[in-house]
Amino acid sequence: MLGYAIKRIALALLILVVVMLGMFAMVFVIPGDPASIALGPRATPELKALLIQRMGLDQPLLSQIWHFFRAAATGDLGIDVWSKRPVLDVILEVFPQTLLLGVVSLGWAVVLGIALGCLAVIWRDTFIDRLLGVLSVSMISVPSFVIALYSLLIFAVWLGWLPAIGAGQKGDWASQARALILPSFAIGVTWIGYIARLVRASMLEVMGANHIRTARAFGLPETVVVLKYALRIAIVPTIAIVAIGAGSILSSAVFVETVFSRPGIGTLITGAVEKRNYPVVMGTVLFMTAFYLVVVTAADLLIARLDPRVRDVLRG
Amino acid sequence: MSFAAEEITEELPPPGRSALGQLLRDPMGMTGAILVITFIILAIFAPLLAPYDPIHIDVRHKFQPPNLAHWAGTDQLGRDMLSRLIWGARVALGISMTATGIAGVLGLLLGLVAGFGPRWLDAVLVLFFDSFSSLPMIMFALAVITVLGPGIPTLILVIVLVSVPGYGRLIRAQTLALKGADYIQAERTIGASSARIILRHLLPNVVGPLVILLSMDIPVVIMLEAGLSYLNLGVGPPTPSWGNILYDGYTSLRSAPYMVIAAGIPLVLCTLGFTFLGEGLRDALDPKLKLRAAR
Repeated sequence: MLGYAIKRIALALLILVVVMLGMFAMVFVIPGDPASIALGPRATPELKALLIQRMGLDQPLLSQIWHFFRAAATGDLGIDVWSKRPVLDVILEVFPQTLLLGVVSLGWAVVLGIALGCLAVIWRDTFIDRLLGVLSVSMISVPSFVIALYSLLIFAVWLGWLPAIGAGQKGDWASQARALILPSFAIGVTWIGYIARLVRASMLEVMGANHIRTARAFGLPETVVVLKYALRIAIVPTIAIVAIGAGSILSSAVFVETVFSRPGIGTLITGAVEKRNYPVVMGTVLFMTAFYLVVVTAADLLIARLDPRVRDVLRG
Repeated sequence: MSFAAEEITEELPPPGRSALGQLLRDPMGMTGAILVITFIILAIFAPLLAPYDPIHIDVRHKFQPPNLAHWAGTDQLGRDMLSRLIWGARVALGISMTATGIAGVLGLLLGLVAGFGPRWLDAVLVLFFDSFSSLPMIMFALAVITVLGPGIPTLILVIVLVSVPGYGRLIRAQTLALKGADYIQAERTIGASSARIILRHLLPNVVGPLVILLSMDIPVVIMLEAGLSYLNLGVGPPTPSWGNILYDGYTSLRSAPYMVIAAGIPLVLCTLGFTFLGEGLRDALDPKLKLRAAR
């Protein structure tokens, strides 16, 4: 297990280095130099020279790469061109909001998804099973920002039940919770579909196993067999897909946060892209990639711990 | 891009004769096929089917709710919404099919190279595939857009770059699985060239799964195009895209709610159609899943 863990973490670090090199290379494919882009039309030769010096663009290439990696390793992601604050501070300020949104969305999606998946298995090959199947596929394929817009229109504009924008008042838990309902609904719907399907499929695979047959032979009711014996094993692939899905949740969050004008990584980076605020965009991309790699690696290790067979498969 | 690749890992047989019949007998696949064909017709014949010029501005008739002259109403500049939505189908399908097409071909080539070529090249390509798929898709897309500026070519480039690793991985896995097969070993013993083995035996066997994966990715790509255009980072005005029409609707959500409602419908139906079709195709072509469904 330890050997596998070391290998897996080393791979994640290697990928992070490749990604960073790729991002560094992107600075050189920009039409025009990054300093003029960051400054935009306001650029005067003096300002440009100052910025080029500050960004280290006048240094030799290898030393630039070295500085970039050393700075990133110590958490220095550069300075926000507009607010003049460290990029890491700007990111850390809004990151908890996105994390909260993602966790809440996934949380209720996992609960509902597993429940629907179990229902489909209990009533398998009936009309309900087929209905749940179509429903899951439909939930997967509807874009989250359309759900966000429709739910915003219905529940905030027409019915006026829930707030339309923002993340609620600071310190007021009730208003923050109310502001979470619609965005987490919009992000979660897709995941109910995914998880329901996955739970159903992996459970049906488990249903033929020996220990299930034994449980049936002992005369246990079908509900007990499904919930107590099949679900335990079927839950493993769900962890995997939830971890891989961290990236896709982030995508939904970017769009949904914009629809609800919610502070977070999504509104931060889209605003930065519009203003061509280069350090913030690159810093956020790097931060989120690192975060994503941590999540995926942790999930892989967790799965390997739960199911030793996986260790051998992933080793290849 | 993210999940379909995980789902199709089994070796699939080449499309059989009954596959089409199978697809059409399945109500979900049938619905998907009808929806997809409808949108393809809308996209191809947009100039004939759209009742008005989609970019003709008529400020005197702005914000008209749906009526007999304008079935889906008019927008903030008095442009006919229905015409814009029909042209939007052309933009959505044009971009998504071009981009997934290019990505499919590139993925096929890289996957074959990785699976069939020398070991070290395989290792480099796998690291490249893994690194690219480790980037959260949206973050990568936004980084590229910042560097190159928004627009349709950037959008296509972004989609190609985020899709290729998934396709490459699939083709590589298929190639590796087939390479060890007895009949290919036999062929090699007789002295067949690598080119012959790739063209005669590998290619026909790996194309089927790739087509299924491509059709399942099209809705994801349509969503990405609409989403980025909604953020004003994809297809820019005045070209109609479902995403930027939704954004126009969002800015006048209180005064003209019909705009958001009307613009969401084709987007939802289109992604739904392609997803249903992809599911139907997979069920029809993959006997393993059929077996599972029959149990």
